[in-house]
Amino acid sequence: MLAYIIQRVGQSALVLLIVGLVAFSMFRFVGDPIDNMLGQERTAEDIDRLRAQLGLDQPFVVQYYKFLEGAVQGNFGVSYRQGRPVAEILLERAPATLELAMVSGVLAILFGIALGVFTAIRRDGVLANVIMSASLLGVSLPTFLIGILLIYLFSVELGWLPSFGRGETVDLGGWSTGFLTESGLKALILPSITLGLYQMTLIMRLVRSEMLEVLRQDYIRFARARGLRDRAVNFRHALKNTMVPVITVIGLQLGAIIAFAIITETVFQWPGVGLLFINAIQFVDIPVMAAYLMLISVMFVGINLLVDILYFFIDPRLRADRSGGH
Amino acid sequence: MADPVLSIRDLSVEIPTRHGIVRPVDGVSYDIAVGEILGVVGESGAGKSMAGNAVIGLLNPPAHISKGEIWLNGKRIDHLTGDAMRRLRGKEIGMVFQDPLTSLNPLLRIGDQLTETMLTHLPISRSEAEKRAVAALEEVGIPGAAERVNSYPHEFSGGMRQRVVIALALCAEPSLIIADEPTTALDVSVQAQIIALLRRLCRDRGTAVMLITHDMGVIAEATDRVAVMYAGRLAELGPVRDVLTHPQHPYTHGLMASTPLASQGKSRLHQIPGAMPRLDAVPDGCAFNPRCPHATDKCRQSPVPRVSNGQAACWYPLVEEKVI
Amino acid sequence: MSDVPIPVKPKSRLRIALDSDLYYTFRRSPVAMVSAAVVLLLVLSAVFAPLIAPTNPFNPASLNLMNGFTAPMTPNAFTGESFLLGTDDQGRDVFSTILYGMRISLFVGVAAVFFAMVLGITLGLISGYVGGWTETIIMRTADVQLTFPSILVAMLIFGIAKGVTPVEYRDQMAIWVLILAIGLSDWVQFARVVRGATLVEKNKEYVQAARLIGRTSGAIMLRHILPNVLSPVLVIATISLALAIIAEATLSFLGVGAPPTQPSLGTLIRIGQGFLFSGEWWILLFPAVTLLALALSVNLLGDWLRDALNPRLR
Repeated sequence: MLAYIIQRVGQSALVLLIVGLVAFSMFRFVGDPIDNMLGQERTAEDIDRLRAQLGLDQPFVVQYYKFLEGAVQGNFGVSYRQGRPVAEILLERAPATLELAMVSGVLAILFGIALGVFTAIRRDGVLANVIMSASLLGVSLPTFLIGILLIYLFSVELGWLPSFGRGETVDLGGWSTGFLTESGLKALILPSITLGLYQMTLIMRLVRSEMLEVLRQDYIRFARARGLRDRAVNFRHALKNTMVPVITVIGLQLGAIIAFAIITETVFQWPGVGLLFINAIQFVDIPVMAAYLMLISVMFVGINLLVDILYFFIDPRLRADRSGGH
Repeated sequence: MADPVLSIRDLSVEIPTRHGIVRPVDGVSYDIAVGEILGVVGESGAGKSMAGNAVIGLLNPPAHISKGEIWLNGKRIDHLTGDAMRRLRGKEIGMVFQDPLTSLNPLLRIGDQLTETMLTHLPISRSEAEKRAVAALEEVGIPGAAERVNSYPHEFSGGMRQRVVIALALCAEPSLIIADEPTTALDVSVQAQIIALLRRLCRDRGTAVMLITHDMGVIAEATDRVAVMYAGRLAELGPVRDVLTHPQHPYTHGLMASTPLASQGKSRLHQIPGAMPRLDAVPDGCAFNPRCPHATDKCRQSPVPRVSNGQAACWYPLVEEKVI
Repeated sequence: MSDVPIPVKPKSRLRIALDSDLYYTFRRSPVAMVSAAVVLLLVLSAVFAPLIAPTNPFNPASLNLMNGFTAPMTPNAFTGESFLLGTDDQGRDVFSTILYGMRISLFVGVAAVFFAMVLGITLGLISGYVGGWTETIIMRTADVQLTFPSILVAMLIFGIAKGVTPVEYRDQMAIWVLILAIGLSDWVQFARVVRGATLVEKNKEYVQAARLIGRTSGAIMLRHILPNVLSPVLVIATISLALAIIAEATLSFLGVGAPPTQPSLGTLIRIGQGFLFSGEWWILLFPAVTLLALALSVNLLGDWLRDALNPRLR
């Protein structure tokens, strides 16, 4: 089992290095690296110092290493557009995205699993079919469209909920939270539904299809042949076996939420890192793009790794593979 | 004489398909007495498993019972659905499937799978069920049962797993076991052990067994009576010794002649020409007539007489032709 | 019984197609038929847009600013002209902009999927057939790329490409960059499926026979293996198309896709959002509904195709 973990960690490290390479290449070759690091207000000494520091005449690998070194220490350069250190900007805006992602994720998982199980068990029922048809909409409708429609309905027509921004936030030692104010909570509603809906639909369809697949298996048939109650068959047997492959996907989906937040944040002008990234692309603000890329990668790779290790603990068959069957 | 444990009367199962109605079970009748092992033999697709599925109420829709009756211990059960049928499964009727690897839930310990079955049907406490689970494993010959009860299915070999499956099928003390090709997925060396185990357990408890197989060797070894199925219909039914040594139906005769054991001494294996018809293209009259060397016009046109014990479903049953 | 076989007339290919299980399932599924009809309708209107559209909204000469903000089917206060679906802020006929916008959406979608397919199939065939280091490198790259959502990859590629393009050319190149970005973000699933199928086919007798008689690897891959791996590819391609259309719409909506000078449905929606609160709902609604119809139909068709071709579900 240790060997497995080490292998996975090694793989993850490799991925991060590759991504780092891409980010570094962007930094170095797209636009001027001096501009990227120093912004527009700089002196001649600054330029010389940075030249030496970056070692722009040194071999590629050395530069790459220095770049990574800086990144690990939190130095991502200076935003071309805002003239401030990128790290500072990211830290400032991270709580907004994280809170949004958290709420959406919880919604997506709870409803996704519940509806998935329901539509698998009551497969031929009317309600199940209605839900499945509605879910097709959830998958086909682009997220931004859902957001816009929600805005139209709840902001423009009904006027119940705000259509942009976070509302009032409270600063808890560096983390600005929207959970503690009424306007903050209201502002969370539409964006989190928008962000979570797609994930929820995906999870629901996945749980349903996995469960249907499981319900087809011989051991379910055998369980029924032994006269076990439906509840026992569906939940003790089928659900357990369904969750194993599903958990990994759910974990990966949660990572995706942070990336999809880009779209939701744009629709609702939510001041998170996603909106920051899109603006960076529009203005070709390389340092911000590179920094976002690296942070997101760390997050994705980290989640993938965690999920893989978790999988190992859930499925007893994987454990036994190492010790050999009897 | 006591009621037979299982009585199937003129049972038909139909499946509507795109090409028409398919009848994997067509007017089949047989009984199984207390403690008796009835072998149901036939080629793949002959409908033998379907009959078993119908009895235990696990037909996959759109397959359904279209005609006939099923009686268990003197009570009619073919019309039962839902919870009423569920209570019979495991408690009155047990089933053993072909592939022990896929029959067991890989994520649950086998002890848990045993106790849950018992707790569903028997009015005993959890600790009592756990004790019985260990005992059940011992009975089917699993060494070190007290520790193995906490193992997962993949930690057992194929033969051991099938023993576990048998333990599971028997743990709620049913009066009938339907064993659907219980040895087909096992190594040859293990097959005999499993059959012997099944026989011993059922004799000891007086459990009736419907042993479904395509293997004539198993039939010869383990059964008291045998039912030969062809294209969904019953071709012959009778005590195993009689049917195997003096087959009356030309099909049974052909089967026996093509079994390597039976042809000892002959230079070539006998072959029945042609193949069993697809269930959506069963010939008129006797289903076997295109391949039968003795077929006449009567065989091709008139529906064949139904089997009764000791009499094959044939207009011209063979007499006195000893095969082995 | 006679032993002489009665000669049977061979079925024409059309007959074979009509008799096939696939067509049978198609006829029995109202959903599939309706979706196919909708897709066909939309595609045809996009293809024949220059003939159907009442105006060419991107010819500045034909625009009259005074026509701006006209509601659907009501005569304009100044010019008295009437437009089926209204006009936008620049006086462009919304119906026409939708038709032309759909052209862009469909063009980018189809081109991107085509690109992804060719790239993916090629890499899949090569890695499956050749194996060794080539396979490892290709598949590892695929794995790395798959760690990230494809839309993110597409955004990144678009951003980088934008960074290296001189400012004057950015609008013109946008469509092509978009195709490249979406295509590059999507090749992996094709490659994986084709590689898997290639590995299976590789060991079959007909391939070994071909090798024995001296056919080159390339010929074997193209003529023998490729036809056998097409079925799952077809399903993936249909679903990919729906995803590509949505991806393009999303990117354009976010402002990192089709520019306002060559707007796709996504761009139109972006523009329309700006007028939501001021009451000109039609500038948003009609492009949105069109996009919805297109994405939904292609999705449904893809879903149906996947179920119909899945041997296990039969």
